[in-house]
Order: sequence, then structure tokens, then C-alpha cells
Amino acid sequence: MAAAGGGETHVAVLLVELGALLFGLGVLGRIARRFNIPVIPLYLLAGLCFGQGGVLSLSASHDFVQVAADIGVILLLVMLGLEYSADELRSSLRAQAPIGVLDGLLNALPGAALALIAGWGATAAVALAGITWVSSSGVIAKMLGDSGRLGNRETPAILGVLVIEDLAMALYLPLLTALLAGGGAGKVVVAVAIAVGVVSVVLVIATRYGRHVTKLVSARDNNESLLLGVLGLTLLVAGLADQLKVSAAVGAFLVGIAVSGAVAETAIEVLAPLRDVFAAVFFVFFGLSTNPGDLLPVLPLALALAVVTSGTKMTTGYVAARRAGVKRRGRWRAAVTLIPRGEFSVVVAALAVGAGAQAKLGPTAACYVLLTILIGALVHRWPDRLRAEQSRP
Amino acid sequence: MSVDITSRVLPGIGVCQELALHDGRRLGIVTRRSGLRDLVLYDEDGDGAAVDIALNDDEANAVAEILGAPQLTFRLAVLQRQAEGLIVEQLPVPADSPFAARPLGDTQARTRTGASIVAVLRQGAALPSPTPDFVLQPGDLVVTVGTQAAVDQVAHILDGSAGSDGTSG
Repeated sequence: MAAAGGGETHVAVLLVELGALLFGLGVLGRIARRFNIPVIPLYLLAGLCFGQGGVLSLSASHDFVQVAADIGVILLLVMLGLEYSADELRSSLRAQAPIGVLDGLLNALPGAALALIAGWGATAAVALAGITWVSSSGVIAKMLGDSGRLGNRETPAILGVLVIEDLAMALYLPLLTALLAGGGAGKVVVAVAIAVGVVSVVLVIATRYGRHVTKLVSARDNNESLLLGVLGLTLLVAGLADQLKVSAAVGAFLVGIAVSGAVAETAIEVLAPLRDVFAAVFFVFFGLSTNPGDLLPVLPLALALAVVTSGTKMTTGYVAARRAGVKRRGRWRAAVTLIPRGEFSVVVAALAVGAGAQAKLGPTAACYVLLTILIGALVHRWPDRLRAEQSRP
Repeated sequence: MSVDITSRVLPGIGVCQELALHDGRRLGIVTRRSGLRDLVLYDEDGDGAAVDIALNDDEANAVAEILGAPQLTFRLAVLQRQAEGLIVEQLPVPADSPFAARPLGDTQARTRTGASIVAVLRQGAALPSPTPDFVLQPGDLVVTVGTQAAVDQVAHILDGSAGSDGTSG
């Protein structure tokens, strides 16, 4: 790709830009670990700081970084699929379906309503609905682990909500892709029907014949072949899914679900470093392509959205935990834990902005994600204080 | 004797097992896929962690071995009661033992005496079923099963008082 762009100086500039970018991200990662904060908001902030008109401008490596960002989304999704087994998905779906519906209604509708009120149109409304709907599995899993809440009774309920949301995305993303591609209502209905069909078929294949899919990529004692096999299959299916307008991300997610067992565990191990690199580039690229000057005008809107949907998300968590038979404090813990939005909101915004939908979606999503993570972190410990007050005689 | 254990799947993370203790408290063990383990003691609600101790792989194994060692001795005691005439003894490897820092196989304990070495206790941890290439260290306790005569012979081999032909003792 670099060679096509020009001579040796071009390659040199590309390498310098890419190196500076990755090195900077490495420093950010260390800062995040030092202060025990999720790294996603830092990547976004870094991208925003050096965004259009900022200090760093990617001239030579722009195309490369853009492709890397696309691969980042695909790797985020395939890892998500790998981490859930098909059985976990099915049992979560069976146990948590009502909560999933409540979650969808409570959290997607405010986003859609706000976009309509702002006059952004139907497509942007669907996109903003997705942005406010899905909590961040990455941020929440890290917070649960760091705060020692993995053993808590409400934790399976929290994770159940996340699983349902991720599954719902497998239907939502194709719908959004179809809407963004334009065409009449008929085309959208066909696209969604295809998506529902493909997702159901893959789930059945994954649960019944997962062994055969796994065999396709399995390589005994050879992690290199396994890495190439899984990566190749993922990109292949993602590309085909994109061609069918089912969304590349969903294709990748489904590959992740279909690969199971020991192979999946090894695949997680070998893919994780790749995912870390490319996903980091994705978050930064999203920040970079958002003009920092556009943030201020959408700040009130993003703040209103963050406050409202923090409330609705807390309702989801509270109800989910109550349904699991957890007492009051645990319900509040589940409520506040679900607030942070993250990777999916950014994926949806990037998809929408990339397809030329309402440009304000980009800065709005960036502001919104940062605000929800901030709110989530601020109130995370609050239910513990509730305990101290209650246990007083 | 049996303990009530409930298990909760944590999609994408691992599994949490909860044990009801005899004093009414509940103990949770989270096994993350990454290998990290969390020991959890629940609060008065029974829902949340009052204490959460994160253990890495090595630490979890060390805890398991320490907790498992008395279990092993107990099982051996039962075995001993079941098999008339067999005894189990923990034989020390003294610092001046000819087999300190040498592989277990060099002692030829089984061939020479007929006794079996079923485990080695080292610094409170039980290392079950040692292989012939297992290297003994001074201070190890070698758990040996056999007849009284055979076990005594192994003790002599370990402390170096057995004859080189292996028939004395």
C-alpha cells in the first residue's frame, strides 16, 4: 500500500507516523494501568487532542491507519464472539430475554427520540439509538475484575445483559448497514431478513457443528498456523458479510461464536495482542477523524443524553438484579455498573459517519462515551457507601 | 461431610463457585479464564464480596496444595486401615543423605524394598506421584507405603545407613 503511494520518503514518513502513534498509545496504556482506569477513553481523548487541525496530522499513513481501524473493529468483534461459547449465548438468551427487551426499549429509545427532536432524520435516529443502547463489555468486565465484584451474586445478571446486547447487535448492525446504504423500505426489510436468517443459521451451526468449524482452523501445537487460520477465516467471512450488506463486524462476531473449545482458548491467546494493537488504532482513528472544534456545540446534547441514559441503564441493571433474586445493595451495584458505554457506541458512530450520515453523530458519540464512562466511574463505589449506612444498628 | 456448592457461569469471564460453610458464611471461588482466581467472602447480604483476594496461577496452586496435603494424608490413613499389614510413613531426607539433590529413581527404593513412594512433602506442599526423575532435596518428607520391614529399609536407604547391596536393614 505504501509503495503505491510514492517513493522511499513516503515509506519513511509512514513508518515515523505509525511508530509515533503506536509509541504514544503504549505510553497511554501505561498511564491507564498506573491509575487503574479503562484505556478506551484515553485513546479517544488522544485522538481528539491530535484530531483535525491538531498537532499530529497523519498525511502518509492515513490510508493505512484507516484500514487498520477497520481491522480493529473486526478483531474486537471476533474476540467478543470467541469469549462467549454458543451454549452461554443460548442459556443467556433463554434466561435474560425479557431483560434484553426492557434494556433495548429503555436505552435505545432516548437516543432515537433525541435525534428526531434535533431533526437529524430517521437513519441518524437509528444510529443514535444503537449508540445509547449498548453498554461496554470491555470497560465493565475490567471494572468488575478490578473492584473484586466478579464473585457477586448480581454479576451474572450484569454479564447476561451484556451478552444479550451483543447478540442483539448481530441483528441491529445489519439493519443499520442497510439503512445507511439507502434504498427503499423493501431493501431494508430484505437485508434484515437475511441478517436474521444468517445469524440463526450460524448459531445453530455453532451449537451443533461447532467442532467442524473449529477443525477448519485448528492446528495442533502450532499457534502460528492457528493465528493465520482464525484471522484469515475471520477476514474472509467479514468481507463476504460486508458484500451481503450484513456488516463485516457481525460476520466476524459469528466466526468467533462458531469457533469453540480449546481452539477458541488458544485463539483468544494469540489474537489478543493483535486485537489490542488494531483496536487501539481504531479508537484513536475515530478521535482523529473527529474535529475537536465540533465537540463543544454537541456537548449539551451529549450531556443530556448521558444523564438520561445513565438513568435508564440503571433501571435495567436494577431490574435485572432484582429478577436474579439479589437484595437492594446488589441491585444498585448492578445498576451503576452498566452505565459505561464504549466500543460498540464508537463502532456504530464510525459506521454511520463513514457512510455519510449526520456528521454530528461522531462528536456526539465521542462526548457521550467519555461522559458515560466518567459518570460510571464516579458512581461505581456509591452502593458500597449504602452498605455502611445500612449496617449501622 | 458433603459441602453445598452452587456454580454460576460468568459469560466471557469464567465461573464462580459458592460454598456454604458450616458457620453459615459463604465462600466464593472465581476461576477466570485467564487463570486468575478470586477468593471471595460474602457480606451480610450474601450478595456482594466483603473480601476479595485475587490469586495468580502459582498462588492458587500453592493454596490448593497446602489445602490438599492433609487430605492426602487422610486418604492414606484410610488406605492403611483398609489394607492389613501395610503402613504409611513420612520418611525424612536428611541433609547428609546420599540421595539429597539426586533423582528419586537413583534410590531404587521400589526394586530394592517393594515399598512405594506415593508423594513427597516439601515445605508443607504435597507433591503427589513423583516420577523417577524427581530430584529429592534435604528436608523433604517422602511418603512411603509398604510393609513395616520395607518402609524401614527405605528409611535406611534415605539416611544412608543401608548397605550398598541394598539387602541390609
